[in-house]
Amino acid sequence: MTDATNSGFSPSVRRLDIDSPEALRRVKRRYAREARFRAYGLVALGITAAFLVVLFTDILRNGIPAFWQHSLVLDVPVQADLVDPQGKKDVAAIRGADYFPLMRDALNAAIPGIEGRQAQRQLNQLLSTGAPDALRDRLVADPALVGQTVRSRLLLSDDADLYLKGIGTKISTIAARGTATPSGTSGEITVLTSSNDFQQQLVTIKNSLVLRARDLRAEADRLERTGEAKQDHRVKELRAEAVGLQARADQSRGEEVLNDSLPSTLVAINGGLVKVTKLGDSSITGDVLIPLKTQNEARPDQWRIVAYETPAANRKITDQEVAYLERLKADGKVERHFNWLFFTAGDSREPELAGIRGAIVGTALTLFVTLTLCLPIGVLAAVYLEEFAPKNWLTDLVEININNLAAVPSIVFGLLGLAMFLNFFNLPRSAPVVGGLVLALLVLPTIIIASRAALKAVPPSIKEAALGVGASHQQAVFHHVLPLAMPGIMTGTIIGMAHALGETAPLLMIGMVAFIVDVPSSFTQAATVLPVQIFLWSDLPEPAFQTKTAAAIIVLLGFLFVMNGLAIWLRRRFERRW
Amino acid sequence: MHGVAGMSVQQIEGATVRPLPTTKIIARDVNVHYGEKHALKAVDVDIPDCSVTSFIGPSGCGKSTFLRCINRMNDTIASCRVTGKIEIDGRDIYDKTLDVVQLRARVGMVFQKPNPFPKSIYENVAYAPRLHGMSRSKAELDQIVEASLEKAGLWGEVKDRLGDSGTGLSGGQQQRLCIARAISVNPDVILMDEPCSALDPIATARIEQLIDSLRQHFCIVIVTHSMQQAARVSQRTAFFHLGTLVEEGPTTDIFTSPKDKRTQDYITGRFG
Repeated sequence: MTDATNSGFSPSVRRLDIDSPEALRRVKRRYAREARFRAYGLVALGITAAFLVVLFTDILRNGIPAFWQHSLVLDVPVQADLVDPQGKKDVAAIRGADYFPLMRDALNAAIPGIEGRQAQRQLNQLLSTGAPDALRDRLVADPALVGQTVRSRLLLSDDADLYLKGIGTKISTIAARGTATPSGTSGEITVLTSSNDFQQQLVTIKNSLVLRARDLRAEADRLERTGEAKQDHRVKELRAEAVGLQARADQSRGEEVLNDSLPSTLVAINGGLVKVTKLGDSSITGDVLIPLKTQNEARPDQWRIVAYETPAANRKITDQEVAYLERLKADGKVERHFNWLFFTAGDSREPELAGIRGAIVGTALTLFVTLTLCLPIGVLAAVYLEEFAPKNWLTDLVEININNLAAVPSIVFGLLGLAMFLNFFNLPRSAPVVGGLVLALLVLPTIIIASRAALKAVPPSIKEAALGVGASHQQAVFHHVLPLAMPGIMTGTIIGMAHALGETAPLLMIGMVAFIVDVPSSFTQAATVLPVQIFLWSDLPEPAFQTKTAAAIIVLLGFLFVMNGLAIWLRRRFERRW
Repeated sequence: MHGVAGMSVQQIEGATVRPLPTTKIIARDVNVHYGEKHALKAVDVDIPDCSVTSFIGPSGCGKSTFLRCINRMNDTIASCRVTGKIEIDGRDIYDKTLDVVQLRARVGMVFQKPNPFPKSIYENVAYAPRLHGMSRSKAELDQIVEASLEKAGLWGEVKDRLGDSGTGLSGGQQQRLCIARAISVNPDVILMDEPCSALDPIATARIEQLIDSLRQHFCIVIVTHSMQQAARVSQRTAFFHLGTLVEEGPTTDIFTSPKDKRTQDYITGRFG
């Protein structure tokens, strides 16, 4: 068609005038649309990034502390008559000995002057039940140490550890201005100061009284609104308590009596510590937690007021224990060290002794079973379907079902595993071999699909070239196509394995959710895996297990990042362009 | 062999005595169907040894289809059906007792787009001899690789970097590597499917030179879109049109005095 016939034939087609206002408006609208689209993208990215940052900060903030642990470093006199009464340096005897008295003596030597059964028990409770383990191992390895004084690292209990990590309570210190005079060194004493040093703390206490009164009134109001008759009594009680608290808060002068539901106030003076029971502007009465060294006057720089903001009733550790820990810390007997136990121990009921080694070994065994099953079966299935299978309704059906299997919820595979491997084949419960089989079912479709895509991506010219020089179809596939598809297959496999690594639900179904202390050493022993361990710990009430949960999540994410990184590296390294 | 009577005399070229150009490939009543489509209709042709025969014709005329019948590459296409008879050295290549893989070792192929294996240059050439057990030692294999690359005119350029990847070569070098790979098993026939269509004129000239020099050792069949190329490199030319072989004869005759009107129209550029 020529220009002449075009313009003559269709007069409705006008020439585009790119300078017309209409055209300019259209261009402007297009620019606006494109800018809007970019903005949507940026906003979406921003939101995603923000969520990721929040997620990771939260996990890291909670989890990082669990990688460190506090221990006491004490000189333990290993009395031969306690550890090895027969004096035969017998390893079995050393292993079976009771180390508790040794620990107790070492602690008493560290904080002298502790009297009373209650105070003594609280001191002993600072240590973990696993505290003697390290010492015992050393003695078993070197029985010659029996009878000597051994500088030993004694693990603290989870509550003490959390306290030292600053998770337990917020501690504030108020510097003193006046000179303080204690009335004694132990028992109940009073401390007088030449200035009104305690006024600030008194205000704080009164504020918390007001806050508590308000909470009680709100609770009473709430109960009244629900309007149940049998709660009238409770409402009255609450109101009375609130009025009482308010009255205490409103009272401008005088002393305040402290109890466990108010923030703890302590006075650190002359090397000792006094827990305040009665708080006035310039004097306090309190119980001595750690004996004072002298009864001398203390200059402003020699004493201070310490407040534990969380009331003792709301925390896991008593004021007495806090006092001991602060003392031990000040004496340099507390050591912060990397928590190797977290990586070398199995699960435990004691948070400070619990580790992920059992879960990691269980994961490794399970994934090994998964990989050895999945890789050959998946790759060969993909090769057959992609290269050799005749194209008919049967292979179409197989293909559709493989794609469907990839979308089946993982718990269904767990049920299948339970019904088939456990109930029908009678394989052992909770065992890595069953976990591996179930995860293999789960990962197989992913590997087949990824492998087929990788095989399809190899240009047919390579296969033709091989066929052209007289290679059979199978030779062409195995000599040329498969090796070229291998990076893609490996990438798919690693991503599939990363998927299996994070899978929990199907393993719950086959009983890998049990509390297992021992590190598994075979494919048929009871084991658990990392994500299930996380699930188990997240359910426990101890705050120390919450930090362990976060720490285990960090380890799991670390593994996932490494695996995905490896997949990306493989893809980059072996990526070919034809 | 009636169709190539003109070539059945011993020719003297310079001082070398060339082997008698006997008929290498005989095709009779070859029909190819792709599903419902009748792609090649009743092709009869005789192709002589030690010469270059070119197939020309417009796109979709069936020349590549016929070429791929000669090494049964069409077998890999599920919907493709071949009837008729093709003999190489008097042996029916569609005979049931013949192993197609062995056939392809005897009938080498060079493709339109250079397709070296993404392996080293050495491995590219050594693959087929090793596959067919043609060397008993590493030294012998080295010799085959060197001879093949020498014949393909590539030895001088790559002898110092045999370990480099074949895909790292230039397009023309890659295609010569593919030719070296094809001749490494010393085949009877070399099929070339538009070997120069992806190359620049200089690389094309080198390949054409190479084809001309290979002619003394092999029966070469080349499919080309370029009539100039057909005229330059081939001794005989066959013109295909709409699935039929329209005319076949010595290249000079086809280009100077075509018997068929369609051939004349095509070579003078009136269609295609």
